[in-house]
Amino acid sequence: MLSVFATVLRRDLLLAWRRRADVLTALGFFLLVTSLFPLGVGPEPEQLAQIAAGVMWVAALLATLLSVTRLFESDEADGTLEQMLLSVEPLAVIVLAKVCAYWLLTGLPLVLIAPLIALQFSLSPQETGIVCATLLIGTPTLSLLGAVGAALTLGLRGGGALIALLVLPLYVPVLIFGAGAVDRWRAGLDVDGNFALLGACLLVSLAVAPLASAAALRIAQD
Amino acid sequence: MADAADTPMLSARALSCARGRVRLFAGLDLAVRPGELLQVAGGNGTGKTSLLRILCGLSEAEAGELMWRARPVREVRDDWKAGLLYLGHRNAVKDDFTPLENLRFSAAIAGEALDADRALRALVDIGLRTRLDVATRNLSQGQRRRVALARLLCGTRAALWLLDEPFTALDAAAVAQLAGAIAAHVRGGGAVIYTTHQPVDIDVPTRACVNLDDYAC
Repeated sequence: MLSVFATVLRRDLLLAWRRRADVLTALGFFLLVTSLFPLGVGPEPEQLAQIAAGVMWVAALLATLLSVTRLFESDEADGTLEQMLLSVEPLAVIVLAKVCAYWLLTGLPLVLIAPLIALQFSLSPQETGIVCATLLIGTPTLSLLGAVGAALTLGLRGGGALIALLVLPLYVPVLIFGAGAVDRWRAGLDVDGNFALLGACLLVSLAVAPLASAAALRIAQD
Repeated sequence: MADAADTPMLSARALSCARGRVRLFAGLDLAVRPGELLQVAGGNGTGKTSLLRILCGLSEAEAGELMWRARPVREVRDDWKAGLLYLGHRNAVKDDFTPLENLRFSAAIAGEALDADRALRALVDIGLRTRLDVATRNLSQGQRRRVALARLLCGTRAALWLLDEPFTALDAAAVAQLAGAIAAHVRGGGAVIYTTHQPVDIDVPTRACVNLDDYAC
């Protein structure tokens, strides 16, 4: 079970390495949106710092939403997904490995580049730390929930629009707790609650999303 | 072990299958025993692929019962899955990987250990010796098919092979080689269910044929 997890993880990372351009789309989108905001809103540091967390979170959410639709697409197209369904290994473990690879390729880069973006919004070091920490806990949740949407809409025409409708309601709590942390900190309030709730969201989706995605994939292949 | 050889590896009773609102076949009984070769025949659209997908559990039959070694499949799901190998129309081959990488990952996904030497030998045997380091995207249709079929040559624990149109896109030499591999598997106590539109001579003692035209609705 562990070995199939490691193999699928390695396989997806290797595949991404062979098609680097595909991977950079989500990161490029995130950079583009967050860089355009300071230009559009104006250079007042106070105003920028106020919207920073919200903008970065919304950009991260949309970047995930745009790229997660392709999570199972290529495996579906070339028949690998059938073989995954037929494996003696649990499908949920394979799905979890795919989501992990996906997060390492699209979620983690956003977290790593976030301090740089925070500079554009003139956030203080502590505020930057809080935004990065919320993104670090929040983006895996976005990836996991996105995988359920991707599995449910696999093979549908216009799946992209449908996935947004399906997954956005689930994304909203994560967005609120994530983006709200910096606001609370700026207001001098305690942010432990936000982190606890983000952590809870992550744990629940970690437990439920792989199983739900696996069930959806079985139905999609029938 | 006489009765073990007589027990069907996989048997189906009163299977029926519908795709959308069209009923493809109904009342289909079949059984395949160790050392048997079963061809599923029938015209286009009679449900050959659907039948194979039902037999390996990718699709759900509309009605009927499926047994693995005389036990209902839902009771022995793990044995059933471990005991079969399905190759469909799609090759499950990644364009960006080399043939050897493809072989290694597909075995790992199936949950099987793959002996590297044996995998290499299988690829050489199937005629890809000069293409070992080439990304599969640069191979022809027939060569990609060979990459997928190489899995059959490098030793799998699966006792039952379900092959959907395995001879498509292959040249005469590869067809003969695959026919040889199927015959060897069947003679070694395995079983094969396959579909084809090509007349292919497979040298085995017992063979059977199910014609889906007889069960059409």
